[in-house]
Amino acid sequence: MTEAIIFYLFSTVAVVSALMMISVRNPVRAAFYLVLSFFASAIIWLLLQAEFLAIVLVLVYVGAVMVLFLFVVMMLDLNIVEKESGFTRYFPIGIMLAAITFFSIYYVLGQKESGMDVFQSQPLSTAASHVEGYSNTKELGKLLYSEYVYAFEIAAMLLLVAIVAAISLTYRRRPKTRHQNPDLQVSARHEDRIRIVKIPVEERK
Amino acid sequence: MLDLLYSLTSFLPESLQTIIIILVKIAVLLIPLLLGVAYLTYAERKIIGYMQVRIGPNRVGPRGWLQPIADAVKLMFKEIVIPNFANKFLFLLAPVLSIGTALAAWAVVPFNAELVLADVNAGLLYILAMTSVGVYGVIIAGWASNSKYAMLSALRASAQIVSYEIAMGFALVGVLMASRSLNLGDIVIGQSGGIYHWYLLPLFPLFVVYFISGVAETNRAPFDVAEGESEIVAGFHVEYSGMAFSIFFLAEYANMILISMLASLMFLGGWLSPFEGIEIIQNSSLAFIGTASIGWLLAKAAFLLLLFLWFRATFPRYRYDQIMRLGWKVFIPITIVWIFVIGLMYYWQIGPWFTH
Repeated sequence: MTEAIIFYLFSTVAVVSALMMISVRNPVRAAFYLVLSFFASAIIWLLLQAEFLAIVLVLVYVGAVMVLFLFVVMMLDLNIVEKESGFTRYFPIGIMLAAITFFSIYYVLGQKESGMDVFQSQPLSTAASHVEGYSNTKELGKLLYSEYVYAFEIAAMLLLVAIVAAISLTYRRRPKTRHQNPDLQVSARHEDRIRIVKIPVEERK
Repeated sequence: MLDLLYSLTSFLPESLQTIIIILVKIAVLLIPLLLGVAYLTYAERKIIGYMQVRIGPNRVGPRGWLQPIADAVKLMFKEIVIPNFANKFLFLLAPVLSIGTALAAWAVVPFNAELVLADVNAGLLYILAMTSVGVYGVIIAGWASNSKYAMLSALRASAQIVSYEIAMGFALVGVLMASRSLNLGDIVIGQSGGIYHWYLLPLFPLFVVYFISGVAETNRAPFDVAEGESEIVAGFHVEYSGMAFSIFFLAEYANMILISMLASLMFLGGWLSPFEGIEIIQNSSLAFIGTASIGWLLAKAAFLLLLFLWFRATFPRYRYDQIMRLGWKVFIPITIVWIFVIGLMYYWQIGPWFTH
């Protein structure tokens, strides 16, 4: 009962904020709605006792990715996007993409062996209940580093390559800029900077 | 105590009873915490005063003991000014987000083996997530204030917080490798057996990185560029007044206490006594200093808090590019190297820490 209330409350929040995210004009507000939507999905994951995924969603997406997103949006100062700029032109493509995404998700999750069919027959609370002492983090770690270790490592390598590529594509060294070198600054000794000269005392004449 | 509460509320339906008891527990945790925050501000002014050969506040009440109360009353009765063309909802939401996340993180902090509000399996991750959400208070405050100074400061502060979170996260990876648990209670119990068994020794570089990152995360001196008075007046909360301002203040101090508490739980053995297992002490009349108690945890946290204040009184402010360099080019490599070292120590089962 309580779980059903929480589920419907937060799934409504997730869907409504996702809709608001794409319909709001102000890009900063859109980003905030996306954050809200992430939060609501994290809570739904918590209901499934997938605490690791829920916390990591908040930690990575809300705490890091969206902060950088907001950074860009705030710095660009796009204020308000012009009314319906090319909306009708791109509408059919958008619908097509949405349909492809929906059916590919349905194709994966609608299968019997993915375990999603249990929700049709059982209430949410019993479908995901686990034995005492079950640790979601530990189970995920075991799976990732045993059964799926190659896929996991390949994904990690892909991400690393993407990071290196992104940095090397955007980084440009301008020849005339001057930088401070903190290593040199920190290692400076007063002997290098100041010369103390002993001047013999002269008698006043 | 808890039994009394259960019997008092037994006439209520079960779900309502659970909610009431959780609320009471939260109040029991938060009231001392907020008092601690209030008196931390007093301690800060007094201690820095003594360090600078001044007396500090001494007018309100005996020896100035009522100073924090007077401050609170003053701030509560001040008007909250909302700037023109500011986004009112977000402007008022920002302090709430700051204090909300700062206090929510306390839910998983254990005070001794039994005393914890929520004994969550992934407690360490939960705390990381909560502190990373706290950055939204800063960003939203800066953006919703409709002010250039606040905006610049919010960008600066949030870049700093996000950068140091990475080093902090890596330091925590070291802790969880050593303790093989994400539960804070289990981490402390993994350190039992006297001062030699604490994670401070094998994880010393991580402790240093964690604590300094904690100082940077809370925007405290010497990393307080978010409120660099000389450049951007008062930082992201320049447009806030009265209680709205003081809520940011409360959040900062609650976070300071949280960082000190976590550092003592993860590296300094938490509520365990440093004299555990020494027979001479156990057999004498001083046996109580050899036993684990909440007093040890509070004493360790208080010492780390003193370090926070000491840093503020001693170090000059870092330059912004040097802060970023320290975070990215010094701390992150140190933590990565040390995680590798921990792996090797695990492999060779070195010391009492890695022989499981």
